[in-house]
Amino acid sequence: MSDRLYSKDHEWIEMDGDIATVGISEHAQEQLGDVVFVELPDIGRSLSQNEEAGVVESVKAASELYAPLAGEIVEVNETLVDDPAQVNADPYGNGWFMRVRIDDTGQLDGLMDEEAYQEFLAELE
Amino acid sequence: MSADADLLTTPLNDLHRELGARMVPFAGYAMPVQYPAGILEEHKHARTQAGLFDVSHMGQVRITAKGGAPLDDAAAALERLVPADMRNLKPGRQRYTQFTNAGGGILDDLMVNCMGDHLYMVVNAGTKGDDIALLQAGIGDTCEIEVLESRALVALQGPKAVAVLARLIPEVAQLSFMQAATWTLDGERLLISRSGYTGEDGCEISVPGHAAEAFVRRLLGEDEVAPVGLGARDSLRLEAGLCLYGHDIDTTTTPVEAGLTWSIQKRRREEGGFPGADIIQRQITEGPPRRRVGLKPEGGAPVREGAAIREPGGEAIGVVTSGGFGATVGGPVAMGYVRNDLAAPGTALELDLRGKGVAAEVVAMPFVPPGFHRK
Repeated sequence: MSDRLYSKDHEWIEMDGDIATVGISEHAQEQLGDVVFVELPDIGRSLSQNEEAGVVESVKAASELYAPLAGEIVEVNETLVDDPAQVNADPYGNGWFMRVRIDDTGQLDGLMDEEAYQEFLAELE
Repeated sequence: MSADADLLTTPLNDLHRELGARMVPFAGYAMPVQYPAGILEEHKHARTQAGLFDVSHMGQVRITAKGGAPLDDAAAALERLVPADMRNLKPGRQRYTQFTNAGGGILDDLMVNCMGDHLYMVVNAGTKGDDIALLQAGIGDTCEIEVLESRALVALQGPKAVAVLARLIPEVAQLSFMQAATWTLDGERLLISRSGYTGEDGCEISVPGHAAEAFVRRLLGEDEVAPVGLGARDSLRLEAGLCLYGHDIDTTTTPVEAGLTWSIQKRRREEGGFPGADIIQRQITEGPPRRRVGLKPEGGAPVREGAAIREPGGEAIGVVTSGGFGATVGGPVAMGYVRNDLAAPGTALELDLRGKGVAAEVVAMPFVPPGFHRK
């Protein structure tokens, strides 16, 4: 069972100390279809929770990427510039989008664990 | 899924679901937007092998002259509605044209085939109701207009498409681009034209609805063939520089503005006799105020329909009417209308993307080399 937590916008986070790695879920990449371009936020930018952090362009449409937690962006996945298909191929691994330094780990309480996210998905059907 | 219950289905609906298609509503039909392979793979497959498309939602129409009168009477009547030369369309030949309105705008674009004893026409799904009404009102006095409700329509497109079809019907290999003929296969009458909407070689095949699934299964059994949905159909036609009705052409665009003057043969340019002819003739002589052009944005982000087109750092001078990701080009491609003086290939422009300007260049279309089989 992974330590991933999920937002209602189908983003996942994994904590390492006070750094959260953020990506989109398997469900999200499957719904989007082939990703052709990712607009990543600037390093150093401060995000509030649910603020628009970037854009994921699939063949058919653009989708916003939201910040599941507030914090400062310390790293973005530059490999997505040349290989946006990683978002589809490996959404939980090489398809990660950004790393965010979180001040307030209390925010994690608002996110779903794996089991809760699977239930959430089941209810969407 | 109660919403689906209101949608029409094509004879291939069960097959699409069996193949794992993602179905979406389109022009009142449940249609496959993609299969499990995904849009990018399906697009590339159609450019390298043979992609199979269900386009049965489109309208197929058979037109003859009433009372056994010569087909030329029907062709002459049809010229009341379209700018192309129908009277000199030879048996077996196909032509692209439009229904125009009094302002010279476009009501729909369509293909017309002369089949010797009748005219065979394919119109867009979203407009077919209006198109039939237009035909009835415009030429119903002279012509029998039969909507071929029970027929399916599929397209097999790509460099391997004709070789595959020729395994079933060897003579198909003799068709040249925009040529059509009928054959009987397993007791079923097929009308096959060497034409399509992808910029590749290939055919469009009208098959009786009850025989469509078996025919398509047979094609899918060939190694080179894979199913392709509407998502890839759109990106393929965009790379080919082909218009999508309701987006790149509509009632406010003339064929001249749209770069379709080539589809109005010389005799008709001179004689007129179709709706909006005076306006179209004037635009041919004086030039149109705006033109449809190809656009290549810099960078990797697609710029889509509705985006404003500006002179760099300046005023909006046009709008993107189609835009997306070209899987063969490997980057974003778009088309739109710009002021006539800014339409030359190489012109530097700027496209609005989420409030920022993206540099773009006017480029000649198609974005990829065509694969048509011209003799």
